Amino acid sequence: MSRVPLPYTQKVLDLFRNPKNLGKMEDATVTAVAGNPACGDMITFYLKINDQEIIEKASFESYGCAANIATASIVTEMVQGMSLEAAWKEMTWKKVTEEVGGLPSVKFHCGVLAVGALKRAIRKYFQNKNVSPSWVPQELSFEEKQALEEEELAKTLAKRLNVAEENQS
Amino acid sequence: MVENVKELLKAHKGIKREVYLDNENSTMVPKDVVDAMLPYYNQVAYGNPTLTHKPGWEAFETIMKSSQKISRFLGSKILEEITFTSGETEANNLALMGSAFANKSKGKKIVISEIEPINVLHVTDLLQKFGFTTTKVPVDREGFLNLEKLKEAVDEETILASIATVSNEIGTIQPVKEALDIVKDKNPETLFHTDASDAYGRIPLNVQDLKVDLATVSSYKILGPRGIGALYIKEGVNVDKILEGQIGTQKLWPGVENTPLIVGFTKASEMAFQDFEANVNRMRMLRDKLVDGIFRKLSDVKLNGPKGDKRVPDNANISFLRCEGEALTIELSLRGIYVSSGSACSRRLLQPSHVLVAIGRKFSEAHGSILAKTTRYHTEEDITYVLEVIPSAVGRIRGIVGSTGVD
Ligand code: FES
Repeated sequence: MSRVPLPYTQKVLDLFRNPKNLGKMEDATVTAVAGNPACGDMITFYLKINDQEIIEKASFESYGCAANIATASIVTEMVQGMSLEAAWKEMTWKKVTEEVGGLPSVKFHCGVLAVGALKRAIRKYFQNKNVSPSWVPQELSFEEKQALEEEELAKTLAKRLNVAEENQS
Repeated sequence: MVENVKELLKAHKGIKREVYLDNENSTMVPKDVVDAMLPYYNQVAYGNPTLTHKPGWEAFETIMKSSQKISRFLGSKILEEITFTSGETEANNLALMGSAFANKSKGKKIVISEIEPINVLHVTDLLQKFGFTTTKVPVDREGFLNLEKLKEAVDEETILASIATVSNEIGTIQPVKEALDIVKDKNPETLFHTDASDAYGRIPLNVQDLKVDLATVSSYKILGPRGIGALYIKEGVNVDKILEGQIGTQKLWPGVENTPLIVGFTKASEMAFQDFEANVNRMRMLRDKLVDGIFRKLSDVKLNGPKGDKRVPDNANISFLRCEGEALTIELSLRGIYVSSGSACSRRLLQPSHVLVAIGRKFSEAHGSILAKTTRYHTEEDITYVLEVIPSAVGRIRGIVGSTGVD
Protein backbone atom coordinates (compact mmCIF):
# COMPACT_ATOMS: atom_id res chain seq x y z
CA MET A 1 0.00 0.00 0.00
CA SER A 2 3.00 2.22 -0.02
CA ARG A 3 4.02 4.68 -2.66
CA VAL A 4 7.14 5.09 -4.79
CA PRO A 5 8.84 8.08 -6.36
CA LEU A 6 7.79 8.53 -9.97
CA PRO A 7 10.30 10.62 -11.89
CA TYR A 8 8.63 10.35 -15.31
CA THR A 9 10.71 11.19 -18.34
CA GLN A 10 10.23 14.27 -20.49
CA LYS A 11 8.75 12.05 -23.19
CA VAL A 12 6.17 10.56 -20.83
CA LEU A 13 5.22 14.02 -19.67
CA ASP A 14 4.98 15.33 -23.24
CA LEU A 15 2.73 12.48 -24.31
CA PHE A 16 0.67 12.86 -21.16
CA ARG A 17 0.14 16.53 -21.95
CA ASN A 18 -0.41 16.03 -25.67
CA PRO A 19 -1.45 12.46 -26.32
CA LYS A 20 -1.51 11.45 -29.96
CA ASN A 21 -4.37 9.53 -31.54
CA LEU A 22 -6.61 9.96 -28.57
CA GLY A 23 -10.25 9.00 -28.66
CA LYS A 24 -12.79 6.52 -29.82
CA MET A 25 -12.55 5.50 -33.51
CA GLU A 26 -16.02 5.22 -34.94
CA ASP A 27 -15.00 3.18 -37.99
CA ALA A 28 -12.49 0.91 -36.29
CA THR A 29 -11.97 -2.51 -37.84
CA VAL A 30 -11.28 -3.97 -34.46
CA THR A 31 -11.41 -2.81 -30.85
CA ALA A 32 -9.80 -4.42 -27.84
CA VAL A 33 -9.75 -3.71 -24.16
CA ALA A 34 -7.14 -4.58 -21.54
CA GLY A 35 -7.58 -4.11 -17.84
CA ASN A 36 -10.73 -4.29 -15.80
CA PRO A 37 -13.50 -1.71 -15.96
CA ALA A 38 -14.52 -2.26 -12.35
CA CYS A 39 -11.02 -1.63 -11.12
CA GLY A 40 -9.66 1.21 -13.19
CA ASP A 41 -6.37 0.65 -15.02
CA MET A 42 -8.08 0.06 -18.29
CA ILE A 43 -7.26 0.82 -21.87
CA THR A 44 -9.22 0.59 -25.11
CA PHE A 45 -7.41 0.20 -28.40
CA TYR A 46 -8.94 0.93 -31.80
CA LEU A 47 -7.37 -0.24 -35.05
CA LYS A 48 -8.30 0.58 -38.62
CA ILE A 49 -6.90 -2.20 -40.78
CA ASN A 50 -6.96 -2.29 -44.58
CA ASP A 51 -7.25 -5.26 -46.92
CA GLN A 52 -3.49 -5.68 -47.07
CA GLU A 53 -3.53 -6.16 -43.31
CA ILE A 54 -1.80 -2.87 -42.78
CA ILE A 55 -2.71 -0.75 -39.76
CA GLU A 56 -3.91 2.48 -41.29
CA LYS A 57 -4.69 4.14 -38.03
CA ALA A 58 -4.68 3.36 -34.36
CA SER A 59 -6.24 5.26 -31.47
CA PHE A 60 -6.77 4.74 -27.75
CA GLU A 61 -8.59 5.76 -24.62
CA SER A 62 -6.99 5.27 -21.22
CA TYR A 63 -8.47 5.03 -17.76
CA GLY A 64 -5.00 4.82 -16.29
CA CYS A 65 -2.01 6.77 -15.11
CA ALA A 66 0.34 9.04 -17.02
CA ALA A 67 2.60 6.08 -17.90
CA ASN A 68 -0.34 4.24 -19.38
CA ILE A 69 -1.45 7.27 -21.36
CA ALA A 70 2.06 7.88 -22.66
CA THR A 71 2.78 4.28 -23.67
CA ALA A 72 -0.62 3.86 -25.28
CA SER A 73 -0.10 7.05 -27.20
CA ILE A 74 3.31 6.00 -28.48
CA VAL A 75 2.03 2.55 -29.46
CA THR A 76 -0.61 4.16 -31.67
CA GLU A 77 2.11 6.18 -33.38
CA MET A 78 4.52 3.27 -33.75
CA VAL A 79 2.06 0.86 -35.33
CA GLN A 80 0.65 3.26 -37.88
CA GLY A 81 1.50 1.93 -41.33
CA MET A 82 2.81 -1.37 -39.98
CA SER A 83 1.58 -4.70 -41.19
CA LEU A 84 -0.22 -6.72 -38.54
CA GLU A 85 2.55 -9.28 -38.67
CA ALA A 86 5.24 -6.68 -38.11
CA ALA A 87 3.23 -5.07 -35.32
CA TRP A 88 2.75 -8.42 -33.64
CA LYS A 89 6.39 -9.33 -33.88
CA GLU A 90 8.05 -6.02 -33.23
CA MET A 91 5.90 -4.44 -30.59
CA THR A 92 6.98 -5.48 -27.14
CA TRP A 93 6.51 -3.73 -23.84
CA LYS A 94 10.28 -3.38 -23.56
CA LYS A 95 10.54 -1.57 -26.85
CA VAL A 96 7.66 0.69 -25.95
CA THR A 97 9.17 1.43 -22.57
CA GLU A 98 12.44 2.36 -24.23
CA GLU A 99 10.62 4.54 -26.68
CA VAL A 100 9.22 6.71 -23.89
CA GLY A 101 12.68 7.01 -22.36
CA GLY A 102 12.13 4.38 -19.68
CA LEU A 103 9.62 4.01 -16.87
CA PRO A 104 9.90 3.52 -13.13
CA SER A 105 9.69 -0.24 -12.58
CA VAL A 106 6.33 -0.08 -10.81
CA LYS A 107 4.97 1.42 -14.00
CA PHE A 108 6.19 -1.30 -16.38
CA HIS A 109 2.79 -2.92 -16.23
CA CYS A 110 1.14 0.19 -17.68
CA GLY A 111 3.18 -0.22 -20.86
CA VAL A 112 2.52 -3.95 -20.79
CA LEU A 113 -1.20 -3.20 -20.67
CA ALA A 114 -0.93 -0.93 -23.70
CA VAL A 115 0.89 -3.56 -25.76
CA GLY A 116 -1.44 -6.24 -24.39
CA ALA A 117 -4.40 -4.34 -25.76
CA LEU A 118 -2.72 -4.01 -29.17
CA LYS A 119 -1.96 -7.73 -29.34
CA ARG A 120 -5.46 -8.59 -28.26
CA ALA A 121 -6.80 -6.42 -31.03
CA ILE A 122 -4.65 -8.20 -33.60
CA ARG A 123 -5.64 -11.62 -32.29
CA LYS A 124 -9.28 -10.59 -32.31
CA TYR A 125 -9.02 -9.35 -35.90
CA PHE A 126 -8.03 -12.82 -37.06
CA GLN A 127 -10.52 -14.54 -34.81
CA ASN A 128 -13.26 -12.42 -36.32
CA LYS A 129 -12.10 -13.48 -39.77
CA ASN A 130 -11.74 -17.05 -38.63
CA VAL A 131 -8.20 -17.37 -39.86
CA SER A 132 -5.12 -18.16 -37.84
CA PRO A 133 -1.82 -17.09 -39.33
CA SER A 134 1.13 -19.15 -38.18
CA TRP A 135 2.80 -16.17 -36.55
CA VAL A 136 -0.07 -15.67 -34.09
CA PRO A 137 0.58 -18.61 -31.79
CA GLN A 138 -2.18 -20.28 -29.82
CA GLU A 139 -0.35 -19.42 -26.67
CA LEU A 140 -0.84 -15.88 -25.43
CA SER A 141 2.00 -13.42 -25.81
CA PHE A 142 3.72 -12.15 -22.68
CA GLU A 143 1.75 -8.90 -22.74
CA GLU A 144 -1.60 -10.63 -23.22
CA LYS A 145 -0.81 -12.96 -20.34
CA GLN A 146 0.17 -10.09 -18.12
CA ALA A 147 -3.00 -8.20 -18.98
CA LEU A 148 -4.99 -11.28 -18.09
CA GLU A 149 -3.13 -11.61 -14.83
CA GLU A 150 -3.82 -8.01 -13.94
CA GLU A 151 -7.49 -8.52 -14.68
CA GLU A 152 -7.54 -11.59 -12.45
CA LEU A 153 -5.83 -9.68 -9.67
CA ALA A 154 -8.36 -6.90 -10.06
CA LYS A 155 -11.18 -9.40 -9.78
CA THR A 156 -9.80 -10.81 -6.56
CA LEU A 157 -9.50 -7.31 -5.18
CA ALA A 158 -13.06 -6.57 -6.25
CA LYS A 159 -14.23 -9.69 -4.47
CA ARG A 160 -12.53 -8.53 -1.31
CA LEU A 161 -14.26 -5.22 -1.74
CA ASN A 162 -17.64 -6.94 -1.85
CA VAL A 163 -16.83 -8.73 1.35
CA ALA A 164 -16.01 -5.38 2.93
CA GLU A 165 -19.33 -4.02 1.71
CA GLU A 166 -21.27 -6.92 3.18
CA ASN A 167 -19.62 -6.36 6.51
CA GLN A 168 -21.09 -2.93 6.73
CA SER A 169 -24.12 -2.46 8.84
CA MET B 1 16.24 9.36 -13.11
CA VAL B 2 17.38 12.57 -11.41
CA GLU B 3 17.67 14.10 -14.87
CA ASN B 4 14.03 13.27 -15.46
CA VAL B 5 12.96 15.22 -12.42
CA LYS B 6 14.79 18.27 -13.71
CA GLU B 7 12.66 18.14 -16.85
CA LEU B 8 9.49 17.59 -14.85
CA LEU B 9 10.27 20.65 -12.78
CA LYS B 10 11.01 22.69 -15.88
CA ALA B 11 7.58 21.83 -17.22
CA HIS B 12 6.12 23.80 -14.30
CA LYS B 13 7.60 27.07 -15.48
CA GLY B 14 5.19 29.92 -15.83
CA ILE B 15 2.49 28.73 -13.48
CA LYS B 16 0.34 31.60 -12.31
CA ARG B 17 -0.12 30.64 -8.69
CA GLU B 18 0.88 27.80 -6.42
CA VAL B 19 -1.58 26.29 -3.97
CA TYR B 20 -0.17 23.51 -1.84
CA LEU B 21 -3.01 21.37 -0.51
CA ASP B 22 -1.14 18.08 0.06
CA ASN B 23 -0.90 18.75 3.79
CA GLU B 24 -1.68 15.13 4.49
CA ASN B 25 1.69 14.04 3.18
CA SER B 26 4.02 16.86 4.08
CA THR B 27 3.68 20.57 4.75
CA MET B 28 5.50 23.82 4.41
CA VAL B 29 6.86 25.04 7.72
CA PRO B 30 5.92 28.66 8.49
CA LYS B 31 8.76 31.10 8.89
CA ASP B 32 7.85 31.79 12.52
CA VAL B 33 8.40 28.13 13.31
CA VAL B 34 11.72 27.95 11.48
CA ASP B 35 12.85 31.18 13.15
CA ALA B 36 12.04 29.71 16.55
CA MET B 37 14.16 26.66 15.76
CA LEU B 38 17.26 28.32 14.35
CA PRO B 39 18.95 29.52 17.56
CA TYR B 40 18.87 25.95 18.87
CA TYR B 41 21.23 24.80 16.13
CA ASN B 42 24.15 26.97 17.07
CA GLN B 43 23.38 29.59 19.68
CA VAL B 44 21.76 27.92 22.63
CA ALA B 45 20.89 24.46 23.96
CA TYR B 46 22.84 22.59 21.29
CA GLY B 47 24.28 20.29 23.92
CA ASN B 48 23.19 16.82 24.89
CA PRO B 49 20.54 17.21 27.58
CA THR B 50 21.98 14.42 29.70
CA LEU B 51 25.42 15.97 30.10
CA THR B 52 26.83 18.15 32.81
CA HIS B 53 27.62 21.39 31.10
CA LYS B 54 25.79 24.58 30.25
CA PRO B 55 24.67 23.72 26.66
CA GLY B 56 23.48 20.36 28.01
CA TRP B 57 21.50 21.90 30.84
CA GLU B 58 20.06 24.42 28.40
CA ALA B 59 18.91 21.58 26.20
CA PHE B 60 17.45 19.79 29.22
CA GLU B 61 15.52 22.87 30.24
CA THR B 62 14.26 23.43 26.68
CA ILE B 63 13.06 19.88 26.26
CA MET B 64 11.33 19.78 29.63
CA LYS B 65 9.56 23.06 28.93
CA SER B 66 8.48 21.74 25.55
CA SER B 67 7.17 18.53 27.10
CA GLN B 68 5.22 20.59 29.58
CA LYS B 69 3.65 22.70 26.85
CA ILE B 70 2.75 19.78 24.62
CA SER B 71 1.33 17.87 27.57
CA ARG B 72 -0.88 20.86 28.43
CA PHE B 73 -2.11 21.21 24.86
CA LEU B 74 -3.12 17.57 25.05
CA GLY B 75 -4.89 18.04 28.34
CA SER B 76 -2.38 16.16 30.46
CA LYS B 77 -0.87 17.72 33.56
CA ILE B 78 2.27 15.63 33.76
CA LEU B 79 5.17 16.42 31.48
CA GLU B 80 6.64 12.93 31.95
CA GLU B 81 3.64 11.59 30.09
CA ILE B 82 5.09 12.95 26.85
CA THR B 83 7.68 10.96 24.91
CA PHE B 84 9.17 12.64 21.86
CA THR B 85 9.79 10.31 18.94
CA SER B 86 10.95 11.02 15.42
CA GLY B 87 7.42 11.29 14.04
CA GLU B 88 3.90 9.93 13.88
CA THR B 89 4.99 6.64 12.32
CA GLU B 90 7.51 6.09 15.07
CA ALA B 91 5.10 7.11 17.84
CA ASN B 92 2.52 4.65 16.51
CA ASN B 93 5.17 1.94 16.28
CA LEU B 94 6.15 2.61 19.88
CA ALA B 95 2.53 2.68 21.03
CA LEU B 96 1.54 -0.59 19.40
CA MET B 97 4.70 -2.64 19.59
CA GLY B 98 5.77 -1.22 22.92
CA SER B 99 2.48 -1.91 24.66
CA ALA B 100 2.06 -5.30 22.98
CA PHE B 101 5.47 -6.47 24.17
CA ALA B 102 5.03 -5.02 27.64
CA ASN B 103 1.68 -6.72 28.12
CA LYS B 104 2.06 -9.96 26.23
CA SER B 105 1.57 -12.03 29.35
CA LYS B 106 -2.00 -10.72 29.57
CA GLY B 107 -2.98 -11.73 26.07
CA LYS B 108 -2.08 -11.47 22.43
CA LYS B 109 -5.03 -9.79 20.83
CA ILE B 110 -5.15 -6.33 19.31
CA VAL B 111 -8.18 -4.50 17.97
CA ILE B 112 -7.96 -1.71 15.40
CA SER B 113 -10.31 -0.15 12.87
CA GLU B 114 -10.25 -0.89 9.17
CA ILE B 115 -9.28 2.68 8.42
CA GLU B 116 -6.26 3.13 10.67
CA PRO B 117 -3.25 4.88 9.13
CA ILE B 118 -0.98 2.64 7.08
CA ASN B 119 1.74 2.56 9.71
CA VAL B 120 -0.69 1.07 12.24
CA LEU B 121 -1.74 -1.59 9.74
CA HIS B 122 1.88 -2.43 9.02
CA VAL B 123 2.85 -2.65 12.69
CA THR B 124 0.00 -5.06 13.38
CA ASP B 125 1.18 -7.14 10.40
CA LEU B 126 4.62 -7.24 11.93
CA LEU B 127 3.24 -8.14 15.36
CA GLN B 128 1.61 -11.16 13.79
CA LYS B 129 5.08 -12.64 13.44
CA PHE B 130 5.40 -12.40 17.23
CA GLY B 131 2.15 -14.27 17.77
CA PHE B 132 -0.21 -11.33 18.15
CA THR B 133 -3.48 -11.38 16.24
CA THR B 134 -5.38 -8.32 15.08
CA THR B 135 -9.08 -7.84 14.56
CA LYS B 136 -10.06 -5.02 12.23
CA VAL B 137 -13.37 -3.46 13.14
CA PRO B 138 -15.37 -2.33 10.11
CA VAL B 139 -16.63 1.19 9.56
CA ASP B 140 -19.79 2.47 7.89
CA ARG B 141 -20.02 4.38 4.61
CA GLU B 142 -18.85 7.57 6.24
CA GLY B 143 -16.03 5.94 8.11
CA PHE B 144 -17.64 5.72 11.54
CA LEU B 145 -16.60 2.77 13.60
CA ASN B 146 -19.13 -0.02 14.02
CA LEU B 147 -19.40 0.05 17.81
CA GLU B 148 -21.32 -3.23 17.95
CA LYS B 149 -18.52 -4.98 16.12
CA LEU B 150 -15.99 -3.27 18.36
CA LYS B 151 -17.76 -4.69 21.37
CA GLU B 152 -17.70 -8.16 19.83
CA ALA B 153 -14.02 -7.87 19.00
CA VAL B 154 -12.79 -7.16 22.53
CA ASP B 155 -12.37 -10.05 24.95
CA GLU B 156 -10.31 -10.97 28.00
CA GLU B 157 -7.24 -11.56 25.88
CA THR B 158 -7.37 -8.18 24.15
CA ILE B 159 -4.43 -6.14 25.36
CA LEU B 160 -4.75 -3.14 23.08
CA ALA B 161 -7.26 -1.23 21.01
CA SER B 162 -6.02 1.44 18.60
CA ILE B 163 -8.52 3.77 16.98
CA ALA B 164 -7.51 7.03 15.31
CA THR B 165 -9.41 10.05 16.61
CA VAL B 166 -9.77 11.47 13.12
CA SER B 167 -9.30 9.62 9.84
CA ASN B 168 -6.30 11.12 8.07
CA GLU B 169 -7.86 10.35 4.71
CA ILE B 170 -11.57 11.04 4.94
CA GLY B 171 -11.74 13.27 8.02
CA THR B 172 -14.22 11.21 10.03
CA ILE B 173 -14.21 12.20 13.72
CA GLN B 174 -14.64 8.97 15.66
CA PRO B 175 -16.65 8.70 18.86
CA VAL B 176 -13.46 7.92 20.75
CA LYS B 177 -15.00 8.34 24.19
CA GLU B 178 -17.80 5.89 23.39
CA ALA B 179 -15.40 3.46 21.80
CA LEU B 180 -13.13 3.59 24.84
CA ASP B 181 -16.04 3.01 27.22
CA ILE B 182 -17.11 -0.01 25.21
CA VAL B 183 -13.59 -1.42 25.22
CA LYS B 184 -13.02 -0.83 28.93
CA ASP B 185 -16.47 -2.19 29.77
CA LYS B 186 -15.57 -5.49 28.15
CA ASN B 187 -12.05 -5.54 29.46
CA PRO B 188 -10.78 -2.87 31.85
CA GLU B 189 -7.21 -4.10 31.29
CA THR B 190 -7.23 -3.38 27.56
CA LEU B 191 -5.11 -0.37 26.75
CA PHE B 192 -6.62 2.23 24.46
CA HIS B 193 -4.40 4.06 22.00
CA THR B 194 -5.53 6.76 19.61
CA ASP B 195 -3.57 8.32 16.79
CA ALA B 196 -4.70 11.89 17.34
CA SER B 197 -2.41 13.41 14.72
CA ASP B 198 -5.27 14.64 12.58
CA ALA B 199 -7.27 15.86 15.56
CA TYR B 200 -4.53 17.83 17.32
CA GLY B 201 -4.98 21.53 16.62
CA ARG B 202 -8.20 20.92 14.68
CA ILE B 203 -10.79 19.65 17.11
CA PRO B 204 -10.96 19.95 20.91
CA LEU B 205 -8.87 17.13 22.31
CA ASN B 206 -8.25 16.25 25.93
CA VAL B 207 -6.57 12.98 26.82
CA GLN B 208 -7.71 13.20 30.42
CA ASP B 209 -11.36 13.65 29.54
CA LEU B 210 -11.11 10.91 26.95
CA LYS B 211 -9.24 8.69 29.44
CA VAL B 212 -7.10 7.22 26.67
CA ASP B 213 -3.96 5.39 27.74
CA LEU B 214 -1.86 6.37 24.75
CA ALA B 215 -2.14 9.09 22.12
CA THR B 216 0.02 9.96 19.14
CA VAL B 217 0.54 13.49 17.86
CA SER B 218 2.64 14.60 14.94
CA SER B 219 4.52 17.83 14.35
CA TYR B 220 4.19 18.16 10.59
CA LYS B 221 0.44 17.67 10.72
CA ILE B 222 0.22 21.03 12.48
CA LEU B 223 2.77 22.76 10.24
CA GLY B 224 5.72 21.97 12.45
CA PRO B 225 8.94 20.41 11.14
CA ARG B 226 8.94 16.79 9.93
CA GLY B 227 10.82 14.17 11.87
CA ILE B 228 9.32 14.83 15.26
CA GLY B 229 6.19 13.62 17.03
CA ALA B 230 5.13 12.60 20.46
CA LEU B 231 3.44 9.76 22.24
CA TYR B 232 1.34 10.53 25.28
CA ILE B 233 1.56 7.65 27.72
CA LYS B 234 -0.69 7.87 30.75
CA GLU B 235 1.16 7.58 34.03
CA GLY B 236 1.36 3.95 35.09
CA VAL B 237 0.81 2.47 31.63
CA ASN B 238 3.43 -0.09 30.71
CA VAL B 239 5.19 0.32 27.39
CA ASP B 240 8.47 -1.33 26.40
CA LYS B 241 11.00 0.53 24.34
CA ILE B 242 11.35 -0.82 20.83
CA LEU B 243 14.73 0.61 19.89
CA GLU B 244 17.97 0.04 21.73
CA GLY B 245 20.60 2.67 22.33
CA GLN B 246 21.71 5.40 24.66
CA ILE B 247 18.72 6.49 26.69
CA GLY B 248 18.54 10.13 27.71
CA THR B 249 15.59 12.31 28.68
CA GLN B 250 13.20 10.21 26.61
CA LYS B 251 13.06 6.94 28.47
CA LEU B 252 11.42 5.06 25.63
CA TRP B 253 13.20 6.63 22.69
CA PRO B 254 16.98 6.25 22.52
CA GLY B 255 19.36 8.55 20.69
CA VAL B 256 20.40 12.15 21.11
CA GLU B 257 17.37 14.40 21.49
CA ASN B 258 16.74 16.68 18.54
CA THR B 259 16.19 19.91 20.43
CA PRO B 260 15.57 22.21 17.42
CA LEU B 261 12.84 19.91 16.10
CA ILE B 262 11.26 19.68 19.54
CA VAL B 263 11.28 23.47 19.71
CA GLY B 264 9.73 23.70 16.23
CA PHE B 265 7.00 21.22 17.15
CA THR B 266 6.26 23.21 20.30
CA LYS B 267 6.18 26.51 18.44
CA ALA B 268 3.85 25.05 15.80
CA SER B 269 1.59 23.79 18.59
CA GLU B 270 1.55 27.20 20.25
CA MET B 271 0.59 28.82 16.98
CA ALA B 272 -2.16 26.29 16.38
CA PHE B 273 -3.63 26.74 19.84
CA GLN B 274 -3.02 30.47 20.26
CA ASP B 275 -6.15 31.34 18.37
CA PHE B 276 -7.67 27.91 18.12
CA GLU B 277 -11.22 28.92 17.20
CA ALA B 278 -10.16 31.41 14.55
CA ASN B 279 -7.65 28.98 13.03
CA VAL B 280 -10.18 26.21 12.84
CA ASN B 281 -12.90 28.43 11.45
CA ARG B 282 -10.57 29.60 8.75
CA MET B 283 -9.64 26.05 7.72
CA ARG B 284 -13.30 25.14 7.66
CA MET B 285 -14.37 28.18 5.66
CA LEU B 286 -11.70 27.50 3.04
CA ARG B 287 -12.42 23.79 2.93
CA ASP B 288 -16.16 24.41 2.54
CA LYS B 289 -15.53 26.90 -0.22
CA LEU B 290 -13.40 24.31 -2.00
CA VAL B 291 -15.83 21.42 -1.64
CA ASP B 292 -18.97 23.46 -2.36
CA GLY B 293 -17.30 25.02 -5.37
CA ILE B 294 -16.32 21.66 -6.81
CA PHE B 295 -19.84 20.32 -6.36
CA ARG B 296 -21.26 23.40 -8.00
CA LYS B 297 -18.95 23.28 -10.96
CA LEU B 298 -18.69 19.57 -11.70
CA SER B 299 -21.02 16.64 -12.03
CA ASP B 300 -20.21 13.04 -11.16
CA VAL B 301 -18.32 13.91 -8.00
CA LYS B 302 -18.64 12.31 -4.58
CA LEU B 303 -17.53 13.43 -1.15
CA ASN B 304 -15.67 10.72 0.76
CA GLY B 305 -16.33 10.84 4.49
CA PRO B 306 -19.06 12.60 6.45
CA LYS B 307 -20.47 16.09 6.07
CA GLY B 308 -20.96 18.65 8.81
CA ASP B 309 -19.48 18.77 12.28
CA LYS B 310 -18.49 15.08 12.35
CA ARG B 311 -15.87 15.91 9.75
CA VAL B 312 -12.56 17.49 10.70
CA PRO B 313 -12.47 21.09 9.42
CA ASP B 314 -9.47 20.87 7.07
CA ASN B 315 -10.17 17.68 5.13
CA ALA B 316 -11.57 17.50 1.61
CA ASN B 317 -11.61 14.10 -0.07
CA ILE B 318 -13.47 13.98 -3.33
CA SER B 319 -13.90 11.32 -6.00
CA PHE B 320 -14.14 12.50 -9.57
CA LEU B 321 -15.81 9.73 -11.49
CA ARG B 322 -14.50 8.76 -14.95
CA CYS B 323 -11.14 10.19 -14.01
CA GLU B 324 -7.86 8.62 -12.90
CA GLY B 325 -6.41 10.26 -9.82
CA GLU B 326 -2.68 10.00 -10.42
CA ALA B 327 -3.04 11.54 -13.86
CA LEU B 328 -5.15 14.26 -12.29
CA THR B 329 -2.51 15.06 -9.65
CA ILE B 330 0.02 15.58 -12.45
CA GLU B 331 -2.35 17.70 -14.50
CA LEU B 332 -3.05 19.86 -11.44
CA SER B 333 0.62 20.07 -10.54
CA LEU B 334 1.43 21.48 -13.95
CA ARG B 335 -0.99 24.25 -13.06
CA GLY B 336 0.38 24.86 -9.58
CA ILE B 337 -2.09 22.87 -7.50
CA TYR B 338 -0.65 20.15 -5.33
CA VAL B 339 -2.82 17.32 -4.01
CA SER B 340 -2.63 13.54 -3.64
CA SER B 341 -4.83 10.68 -4.77
CA GLY B 342 -6.08 7.38 -3.36
CA SER B 343 -6.01 5.84 -6.84
CA ALA B 344 -4.62 2.34 -7.26
CA CYS B 345 -2.25 3.81 -9.86
CA SER B 346 -0.56 5.87 -7.17
CA ARG B 347 0.22 2.82 -5.01
CA ARG B 348 2.92 0.24 -5.24
CA LEU B 349 0.56 -2.73 -5.22
CA LEU B 350 -2.15 -1.35 -7.51
CA GLN B 351 -4.64 -1.32 -4.71
CA PRO B 352 -6.71 1.75 -4.06
CA SER B 353 -6.66 3.42 -0.66
CA HIS B 354 -7.71 0.90 2.01
CA VAL B 355 -9.81 3.61 3.61
CA LEU B 356 -11.88 4.21 0.48
CA VAL B 357 -12.29 0.47 0.08
CA ALA B 358 -13.38 0.15 3.71
CA ILE B 359 -16.14 2.74 3.31
CA GLY B 360 -17.48 0.79 0.35
CA ARG B 361 -16.27 2.99 -2.46
CA LYS B 362 -16.16 1.17 -5.77
CA PHE B 363 -12.77 0.88 -7.40
CA SER B 364 -13.89 3.29 -10.07
CA GLU B 365 -14.73 5.80 -7.34
CA ALA B 366 -11.45 5.37 -5.50
CA HIS B 367 -9.66 5.62 -8.85
CA GLY B 368 -10.50 9.31 -9.20
CA SER B 369 -10.14 10.37 -5.58
CA ILE B 370 -8.27 13.48 -4.54
CA LEU B 371 -7.25 14.44 -1.02
CA ALA B 372 -6.71 18.09 -0.08
CA LYS B 373 -6.27 19.78 3.29
CA THR B 374 -6.62 23.47 3.94
CA THR B 375 -4.58 25.44 6.48
CA ARG B 376 -4.91 28.87 8.03
CA TYR B 377 -2.27 30.07 5.59
CA HIS B 378 -4.42 29.56 2.52
CA THR B 379 -6.38 32.50 1.17
CA GLU B 380 -9.76 32.72 -0.47
CA GLU B 381 -7.95 33.67 -3.67
CA ASP B 382 -6.05 30.37 -3.49
CA ILE B 383 -9.29 28.44 -3.38
CA THR B 384 -10.82 30.58 -6.12
CA TYR B 385 -7.83 29.72 -8.30
CA VAL B 386 -8.22 26.01 -7.56
CA LEU B 387 -11.88 26.20 -8.48
CA GLU B 388 -10.97 27.91 -11.73
CA VAL B 389 -8.51 25.19 -12.68
CA ILE B 390 -10.19 22.01 -11.49
CA PRO B 391 -13.04 21.84 -14.03
CA SER B 392 -10.72 21.97 -17.03
CA ALA B 393 -8.14 19.67 -15.43
CA VAL B 394 -10.77 17.06 -14.63
CA GLY B 395 -12.27 17.65 -18.05
CA ARG B 396 -8.98 16.93 -19.78
CA ILE B 397 -8.39 13.68 -17.91
CA ARG B 398 -11.99 12.62 -18.47
CA GLY B 399 -11.38 13.31 -22.14
CA ILE B 400 -8.52 10.79 -22.14
CA VAL B 401 -10.70 8.24 -20.38
CA GLY B 402 -13.50 8.71 -22.90
CA SER B 403 -15.84 5.76 -22.85
CA THR B 404 -13.26 3.41 -21.32
CA GLY B 405 -13.98 1.97 -17.93
CA VAL B 406 -17.42 3.49 -17.64
CA ASP B 407 -19.64 0.90 -16.09
S1 FES C 1 -2.44 2.46 -15.30
FE1 FES C 1 -2.62 2.25 -13.15
S2 FES C 1 -0.56 2.39 -12.61
FE2 FES C 1 -0.46 2.90 -14.69
